[in-house]
Amino acid sequence: MRNLMHISSFLSGMPRALCGALVGGVIGAATMFVPAPHAHATPLPPNVENGRYLTRAADCEVCHTAEGGTPYAGGRAFSLPGIGVMYAPNITPDKTAGIGAWTDEQFVSAVRKGVSPHGKRLYPAMPYPAYARMSDKDVRDIRAYLATLPPSSQKTPANTIHFPFSIRSLMVFWNMLNGPAASYADDPAQSAEWNRGRYLVEGPGHCGDCHTPRTRTFGLDSSRALGGNIINGWRAYNLTSDRQSGLGAWSDAELAQYLSTGHADGHGTATGDMADVVGHSLRYLSAQDIHAMVVYLRSIPPLHTAEDMLEGTTPPAGDAALPQNTRGARLYASTCAGCHMADGTGRQSSFATITGARSLGADNGRNLVQVLVQGSGMQTATGVQIMPHFVGGGLSDRDLADIASFVMTHFTTATPHNMEQAVQDAKRAN
Amino acid sequence: MTTRATTGTPAPAHAPAHTAAQASRRQVLGAGGALLLATLWPTPRSGRAQPAPHPEQGLLVENTPAAFAPNAYIRIAADNRITLILPNVEMGQGIYTGSVMLLAEELGVDMAQVAIEAAPPGGGAEITGGSTSVMTEWLPLRQAGAAARSMLVQAAATRWQANPAECTTRSATIIHTPTGRSLSFGAVAAQAATLPVPQKPTLKDPSTYTLVGHAQHRVDSVAKVQGRAVFGMDIQVPGQKIGTVAACPVEGGTLGGMNKAAALAIRGVQAVLVNAQNNTVCVVADHYWAARKGLRALKLHWHDGPNAHINTQTIYEQLHDGLSGPAIVANTKGDAPAIIAHAHATYTATYQQPLLAHAPMEPINCTAHVRPDGCDIWTGTQIADRARDTAVELTGLPKDKVMVHCQYIGGGFGRRLEHEYVTQCVDFARQVPYPLKIIWSREEDLTRDRYRPAYVDQMSAALDDKGFITALTHRIVGPAVVARWDPPELTKDGYDEDLSVATVITPYSYPAYRLEFARREAPGIVTAWWRGVGGTRGLFVVEGFIDELAQRAGADPVAYRRAMLAQNPRALAVLDRVAQEAGWNTPLPPGRARGVAVQFAFGSYMASIAEVEMPDPDNVIIHRVCAAVDCGRVINPDQVISQIEGGLIFGFSAALYNEITLEDGRVQQTNFNTWRVMRMNEAPRKIDVFLIPSTEDPGGIGEVGTAAAAPVLANAMAAAQGRRYRTLPLLSARNAAAGKEQG
Amino acid sequence: MLSLNINGQPHQVDVDPDTPLLWVLRDVLGMNATKFGCGIAQCGACTVHMNGRAVRACNLPVGLIGEQPISTLEGVDPTDPVVKAVQAAWIALDVVQCGYCQPGQIMAAIALLRTAPHPTDEQIDSALSANLCRCGTYMRIRAAVHHAAGALA
Repeated sequence: MRNLMHISSFLSGMPRALCGALVGGVIGAATMFVPAPHAHATPLPPNVENGRYLTRAADCEVCHTAEGGTPYAGGRAFSLPGIGVMYAPNITPDKTAGIGAWTDEQFVSAVRKGVSPHGKRLYPAMPYPAYARMSDKDVRDIRAYLATLPPSSQKTPANTIHFPFSIRSLMVFWNMLNGPAASYADDPAQSAEWNRGRYLVEGPGHCGDCHTPRTRTFGLDSSRALGGNIINGWRAYNLTSDRQSGLGAWSDAELAQYLSTGHADGHGTATGDMADVVGHSLRYLSAQDIHAMVVYLRSIPPLHTAEDMLEGTTPPAGDAALPQNTRGARLYASTCAGCHMADGTGRQSSFATITGARSLGADNGRNLVQVLVQGSGMQTATGVQIMPHFVGGGLSDRDLADIASFVMTHFTTATPHNMEQAVQDAKRAN
Repeated sequence: MTTRATTGTPAPAHAPAHTAAQASRRQVLGAGGALLLATLWPTPRSGRAQPAPHPEQGLLVENTPAAFAPNAYIRIAADNRITLILPNVEMGQGIYTGSVMLLAEELGVDMAQVAIEAAPPGGGAEITGGSTSVMTEWLPLRQAGAAARSMLVQAAATRWQANPAECTTRSATIIHTPTGRSLSFGAVAAQAATLPVPQKPTLKDPSTYTLVGHAQHRVDSVAKVQGRAVFGMDIQVPGQKIGTVAACPVEGGTLGGMNKAAALAIRGVQAVLVNAQNNTVCVVADHYWAARKGLRALKLHWHDGPNAHINTQTIYEQLHDGLSGPAIVANTKGDAPAIIAHAHATYTATYQQPLLAHAPMEPINCTAHVRPDGCDIWTGTQIADRARDTAVELTGLPKDKVMVHCQYIGGGFGRRLEHEYVTQCVDFARQVPYPLKIIWSREEDLTRDRYRPAYVDQMSAALDDKGFITALTHRIVGPAVVARWDPPELTKDGYDEDLSVATVITPYSYPAYRLEFARREAPGIVTAWWRGVGGTRGLFVVEGFIDELAQRAGADPVAYRRAMLAQNPRALAVLDRVAQEAGWNTPLPPGRARGVAVQFAFGSYMASIAEVEMPDPDNVIIHRVCAAVDCGRVINPDQVISQIEGGLIFGFSAALYNEITLEDGRVQQTNFNTWRVMRMNEAPRKIDVFLIPSTEDPGGIGEVGTAAAAPVLANAMAAAQGRRYRTLPLLSARNAAAGKEQG
Repeated sequence: MLSLNINGQPHQVDVDPDTPLLWVLRDVLGMNATKFGCGIAQCGACTVHMNGRAVRACNLPVGLIGEQPISTLEGVDPTDPVVKAVQAAWIALDVVQCGYCQPGQIMAAIALLRTAPHPTDEQIDSALSANLCRCGTYMRIRAAVHHAAGALA
């Protein structure tokens, strides 16, 4: 995962003119959207274990760690063409480079309201609108856990956001339109599991940040919640209970397996940002919590999305079974078959079993092309499962397009179109 | 034998002088009931230091003149075991098989009776490279075999009080034909060792050869097929630990910082070491995986140093810059520039070739055990002497306390003519008490290779009214590999004669000629030998240019070359043969095209024709390649064919796909996902190799196919697409864009 | 401690479950026929059999193996007709050059012939194109697979 989902969807898609519209057009309605102040209870002593758990559930580490860098020491760059580069800050307890000097209140305010100790508005790269669903107590626990980390003196580079995106105060208006939400009480009409699932999905899990389409002002479109979205060029699939384009046809066990391990036979393996979400966050959640998420996701009303539709086929098995009549087929046999066998099962492990995955062809093979261009890696209980990328060596755009076309037609009924362009687009965006 | 697979050494211009004087300096060293015949193995540029043979080599009688430094031996033990101890290493080229054939032929033994051992470093430079093995061994090995046979026969005849002329040898047995008495070689070995060595042993009449010239199975097949062959990677020394390394990814950079504690916290990690230059880190562990995890945990930080801004474009720009301005005149005949200046018709073309990695299947590795009293090194090396010398230098141990144990090489291609990985291993091993095996990851192997240089060549010709060359100028711009690798070999003008292979040395001759060399050392990268070296660079340029001239003249490419080769019967013979076998004058199936190349390199002639189909401009199917080869006397015909097949495929990978690129001083290709190698389903459907019978001395063969690959394919693709291919790799995005422009 | 069934023998190894089988074979158990080439399942030099299927040991964490039987080149039964035919064909046709990739090629060929006893060129390409050879022995490998299939007929 090279780019952060939230920030780039927020900023990279925002036409400059729209910023003006945000500033000029929204003020009048502002008061209607101001969330009710949260009532503070007397703070309980912090629970570090709960904090550790929620830190993982909220997937803080992925964004606040530079590639190959010290965990939580920040520095991960989010490069946004035309806008600039943002760096995730150091959130270790270092007094100067990190957040060691912050009070708990300041930390809660940043995480739940998007306001830094100096009153600066955070960009919603930080998913504070979702984190606002967590209680102050939960956020204090997270703070307590972060305080146990070794301090890192690594300085976070200054953002280089170009005007007008650099005007942080614009965020005031965005916040008026798009959140932050508040933590909310359990729905007594629903089961405890459902309520726990809603909390995890909408709060720390911030699933909607990727899986929910955005409105024109880049807030989450609640009318199409979890209905699938394009984020950094990848398709974050439809999580509603639609049988054809959503999760409706998945069994509870499959869904639980996918969330907790990143793979479910018949549905493939998480790649791209989702691989990070599983590897750094979901696989640490308890079985009960995973089950709660399944229960909640099951309740999302079905929303039919053509982009998430895909019909699989069952090609013949066996190493001798791959056709050799097209370049794409030959390249699959040479380049892909070390891990993915003729019928799509994994050669070494089920993590490479791609049978039934939407990525094999949905949305004209969008994620298939992405994974060829970017590769993917997922931390599992048995090490990092890696899919290498195939860019920068002897494989041309046309070669990659041919591989993608072969995969789409060999494993699914999809009809690839203009795949070379798709490869070029994916390379440019990467 | 036939052959040699790999690469590298300097040009035929200084091909080894295997003189009779050297070859006759054989000595009987044997004792203790064995005949041990030592022969000075002429190697490319042999003969500097003259150490005594290593004691491990057996019971040697010190009856050798001080100046005699044997480095190959035939040992015949009392139990009739026959061992050939060879300085040339086996890296696929079939040298073990060929050597056994030569020896067995003259000695009178069965091939199966001969065992092979790798020789320790001897005097001088033992090099396996430059397609020289057969060339160098052809005479001395036969002479050694014949001399030993003569001594054994003499010993047996003396015992029988018979006439040696009445004795024959077969299967390591001497037979007195009139009486049918027989003695094994082993039975008379001790006695034979007391006899004088015949200085001019009688060699067999080649027409009576039963092994040489007839296809023989490889002697290393069984071990390799059963997984028993020991490569450097497979060495297991009791108590050894496994290390893996990371060198600064930018040449010239140094270590900035690392999290040593994190690596040491990984289960199985034993030590984190830094080398003397502070530019490479080694994590030592119980097994490779722990070492690899430890290396990742270090989170290395580098000071990139002065080459941090080098990119591929920097290198190409520098090369193109060398097309004008001063240059060394490396070869000249007549006044070619003047003729071109006044010519009615001229033609100029510029060619560009990329940096290339070796990527042998066996990643770089080395095992060393450094003790206060000695040092042992186990590795695959094409240059054992330098491996020994670097350890001597680092450890301060005397030469005779440093032993290099040469192992099977899982692909040389010139990579193992470098010894820096031995230096690196010894540097780390001397920091620990146990034997240390260092294994490079494939990523390290590709990003810290020493690369075949990038080159730009420009050729200009003056042409007569039929389109034939009346004068030719050729400028090569690029590094002089020999300047780093063996500085004394750089000419006093600063020329690297390796560049002449397939450039000055061609089957053609021109009325006027001038070769210029503008030296440009690649910044931020170390360049080195690669399979085919100068020949690979030169042939792509020269045969591409000749093909363009044929096209310009509206001539058939074979007919045009034939007209230029009238004075060269060996070249003409291979060209005519390949044209006939490939059906050059027969119509092609629809959609197909053919290309041709002719060459003289490494002492061998070859002409080749490729038949390709290009369904679209970036998709090439190679249907068939035909090659006719005259490599002099053939020792093992099937292995010549095997080397041509493999050499072509090795060359096709590079020609079609390969280019090392740099960004911010870092090599961008890291593993086989980005370093594409031709696969079985992309290889030519068929390669047919035809051998021209010859009684000339054997030429090299390991690099011949590789040199042909790019030109024969580029010429076929040019015919298919109606456009020229002057830049490698052929399927680069650069060529695709150029094709769209031309189209 | 992990239990592995390799070449019919039980082995207890004390390694992390993410350790690839390749390094357990080579560095822990001292079984060196299986070669390291790339570490990312792109070259096939480390091909072994798991449940009779050709798999890449470099990309197979031992924690995922469980009780599935593993077979390596040093452990194949030399009297098994397919093994015998393949090794004999490799020798008869002088396939090897440097030989480093050949254990992987041979293991892949044995697995192929067990499922497709008389493979076509296309089937051989399908099964063996994921195994790299830098020496360029592909045509001989293909011929040797046919040769072995013929011997098994």
